[in-house]
This record gives sequence, structure tokens and C-alpha cells, in this order.
Amino acid sequence: MVGKSLKKWWPVFVLPTFIAFVIGFLWPFIWGIYLSFCRFSTVNDVEFVGFDNYKKLLDPVFNQNFGHAFWLTVLFAFLSTVLINVFGFLVALALTGKFKGVNTFRTVFFMPNLIGGIVLGYIWNTLVNGLLVSFGTHLTLKTSGVAGFWGLTTLLLWQQIGYMMIIYIAGLNNVSPDLIEAAKIDGANSWQTLIKVKLPMIMPSITICTFLTLTNGFKLFDQNLALTAGEPKKMTELLALNIYNTYYGRAGRVWMGLGQAKAVIFFILVVAIALIQLRFTTRRETQA
Amino acid sequence: MSTKKKILNRVATVFFTVISFFWMFPILLIFYNSLKEETATGTSTIFKLPGKETFVGLEHYVEAINDQGMLSAFGYSFIISVTSVLLIIICCSMAGWFIVRVNNRWTKMFYYLCLFSMAVPFQMVMFTLSKTADTLHLDNPFNICIIYLGFGAGLAVFMFTGFVKSVPIEIEEAALIDGCNPLQTYTKVLLPILRPTIISTAILELMWVWNDYLLPQLVLDTNKYNTIPMVIQRFRGSYGHVAMGAMMASIMIDIIPIVIVYLICQKYIIKGVVSGAVKG
Repeated sequence: MVGKSLKKWWPVFVLPTFIAFVIGFLWPFIWGIYLSFCRFSTVNDVEFVGFDNYKKLLDPVFNQNFGHAFWLTVLFAFLSTVLINVFGFLVALALTGKFKGVNTFRTVFFMPNLIGGIVLGYIWNTLVNGLLVSFGTHLTLKTSGVAGFWGLTTLLLWQQIGYMMIIYIAGLNNVSPDLIEAAKIDGANSWQTLIKVKLPMIMPSITICTFLTLTNGFKLFDQNLALTAGEPKKMTELLALNIYNTYYGRAGRVWMGLGQAKAVIFFILVVAIALIQLRFTTRRETQA
Repeated sequence: MSTKKKILNRVATVFFTVISFFWMFPILLIFYNSLKEETATGTSTIFKLPGKETFVGLEHYVEAINDQGMLSAFGYSFIISVTSVLLIIICCSMAGWFIVRVNNRWTKMFYYLCLFSMAVPFQMVMFTLSKTADTLHLDNPFNICIIYLGFGAGLAVFMFTGFVKSVPIEIEEAALIDGCNPLQTYTKVLLPILRPTIISTAILELMWVWNDYLLPQLVLDTNKYNTIPMVIQRFRGSYGHVAMGAMMASIMIDIIPIVIVYLICQKYIIKGVVSGAVKG
């Protein structure tokens, strides 16, 4: 009954969102796929070239470090996912304890999350450069790719541990006290309770957190741009920034189509990783 | 409580107090450097606290506002965030309700398209979206909310459909029998029930829009309009000398309101994050 009377009202209820969705996502997305098969520099000089852009990506003259950015992003995304989740979980475990100041500590850990990527990047740019000098090295973020990579990893840890901590705390609080009590009566020590009872019970939280950190790691752009901008010599350039630079970094008709082709590959990669990861961890969930 | 446990708890408190200090340190560093003379903010002196000779008070804040247009950027960021989040909440809660209750082939298709849009990286649409926005004159702070509605619809529709599914349909039926039309049912019955989800969704979308950099950078007419992240990025974008003092003051102008809002609405923000994650 509700459905029937609601249906006639579609121009009010669903049309505005749908139109905005078409303007803001659907049309640009479809057009974007089409443009990856074209050569263009503005919307007025589009010329269809088939798979030419994709073929050029295999050519080092044209691909502008795409391979390096690709593997760097894969490494970065997996490394940051593991570290953020391990530390996020450990902090959550500690801060579900009952000692003085727990709530304040939670507040502090979560805080960096509210700050935007560009601002975070400049905060850490200042901090990392200062640290490099105080430790007596002659390096800066402009000259050391290694410092840039670990700086970016630390930045992301600092930003996201708090977020994942909140989700893990919610998960841990949902573990029924009866279950833990039962484990204790059966003679389990606290380590065994953690591994055999708590961990399987919070598998849903682990699924969500790894999903979020993995996709965030792959899509990272603002922090990368502000912290290192890919310096030195594009050594710290992740995929999203690589695409952006291919698109807008150089003049000439060849680059935009190439950038769009890279974006399509990037999109397929992100969706594929997200799907594989979801399937992998949700399967563990049902077993638990 | 045993004495051993008491000592352990004491140790935990001390340990986390130290960690918390380090956790806040990057923000503190920017704060006290924003009060220092610019010559004292080089990499070798950055960790020194402001002293008698280096302390300049709020000079850099004045500079950020007068020379770098931080005040207007703050205003534009504010307008864009508020209009976009309001529009997203109103339109997507309506759409979410419609999708769940009508539940036919078309609404399902729209729902899955929304989910799909959440996974797509922005680089995929950045060029085509900015061109579409130009053509439709959505390149100013007052119309850009339509773009945000379109790109933010995924998360919001997802959150609202998730919640509406748990609302008993009988309440809505009763309202319709009592002579309410669907719009009245929505405003009088549904909106009050949706309150917690509205708050959570608003917070998640607000955090995104306020901090977003690339979308407004590509869509807005940058000669006329700047948001806070755009101004901060521009400091290094300009050639040669970076006005470090004004930049750090700008960073603080961005962070201080965020921290204040966070401390006031902490409960809701934490809830928003958790419910967003549970449904996501």
C-alpha cells in the first residue's frame, strides 16, 4: 500500500537525486570510458583512436612512470592496510580496558581523522623535514624517496588508526560478556580468549576496516600531493597523482587520452581489489 | 581490585598520556610555529618554542586573512559544505525511502548504481565532471552542491535505505489511512524516525565536503572562488618563496573550527563513524 501510493510521487522523491546522480556521476563516468579511446585536449577536438592509448601505456616514452606508480601503490596500500589494522586493533584492545583517561585517549586518537588530506600533508611535510634535519641527515622530502614513502605511510597511520580504533571498539563491545565468561570457566587464559573468542567474533569489523583502509590506500591523492608531490623524480608518486599529472601536467594532445586510459585501468583495479577482499574476508566471517 | 591490577592500570594511564602527547604533537607544532617569526620556522629551528625575539602574536593570521583571502575561502567552504549536506540529506532520505518501499526493477537498478559509484575513484571522472559542470554553469559555490549531491548520493542513499528497511511499514500505513499524502507522511512520520541516521550521514558527508580539494579545484572558477584546502595548496603552487607563517596560520584557521565542532559533537561523530561502517 505504501509502495503503491508512493510510486506516483516519483518526480518528487527520487527524480532530483537521480538527475544529480546522472550529472555528477553517471554521465561523466560513461563519457570518461569513451574518452579513454580518444585523443583530445579539449572537448572540441575529440578524435577516436581505438585502443591506441592503452597500447601506449606499455611504451616507456609515453607511460610516464605508470608501472612504477602502479607497483608503489600496490605496496603502499597493502603495507598501510596491515599496519593501520594491527595498530588500530591493539589500541582498541587497550582502550576497552578500564583505566583512568580512556575516553580522553580515544578522543585524541580519533582527532587527526577530521583534518583534510591537503592540510595533513603540509603538517607532516613540516614535521618530517624538521625531524630529518634534527637527526643530522642532509635529506629532505625533496631529495629522499625513502623518507617520502615512510613519511606518507606514517601520515596515513596517524590519520586512520583512530578511525579503525573506533570501529574495532564498537566490535569488541558487542562481544557478549557471557561468551568471555564461559571461556574463562573452561580455563582459557586471556591470550586464548583473545585469539579463540574475541578475534572470530569481530571478523565483521575486520572485514570493514580492511576494506576501508585498502580502498583508501589505493585512492590516496591529497596527502600524496601535499606531502611530496611525487618528489624526488616521481619516486613517491602514487597512481592517483600519476594520473592527475599525466592529465594536467603537460601540454599536448596525446596526454589527456593517456590519462583517461590510466584512470580506467585504475578504476578496474580498485573495484577488483575491493571485490576480492570482500569475498575473502566475508568467507572467513561465515566460518567463525 | 588487586594491587597488581591497580599498578597495571596506573602504568597504562601514564603510557597513554605520553602517547597522546606525541599524537597531538604535529598539530601543536604547527600551532606554536604559526606564532613565530617566519625566519624562525626553518627546518633547523622548527622545534624551538617561540621566545621573546621570535614571538609575533597573530601577525600571520592577519596576513593569511588579508593577503591570502582566507576569510572568503572560509566563507565559501562554509556555504558549499552547508548547502551540499542539506541537499544530500533531504534528497537522499526521500530517495532512500522511495527505493525501499517501491522496490521494483528501476529502484533496484538505481540502488546498485549508487553502490557502484562509491567504489569509483575520482580520477575516473575528474575531467568529464568538470566539463559537465562548466556546461551546466555549476562552477560556482552556490550551484556546486548539485555536483556534491550526485557524487555523494552513493553513501547517503546506502545509509538511508539500510535504515528504512528496519522501520516497520505499519506506521507509514497508519499515516496514509489517516489521510496523509506521501509528502506529509515523509515530513511528519519518517523524518523524526530517521533522525539518528540523518545526523550520522550529515557528519560523514560534512567531513568529506569540508576537506575536499580536487573536486572544487577542478570544478570551481578558481579566479573567483577558493575553498580552504585550495588556498592552502596554493601556498606551494606559487613559485619560489613559500609564506610559511601565513600557511601555518591558515592551517590553524582550518583546524580550530574542526576541533571545536568535534569536541561539542563528539558523541554523534563517533556514532556516525560506527553506523557508517556497520552499514558500509
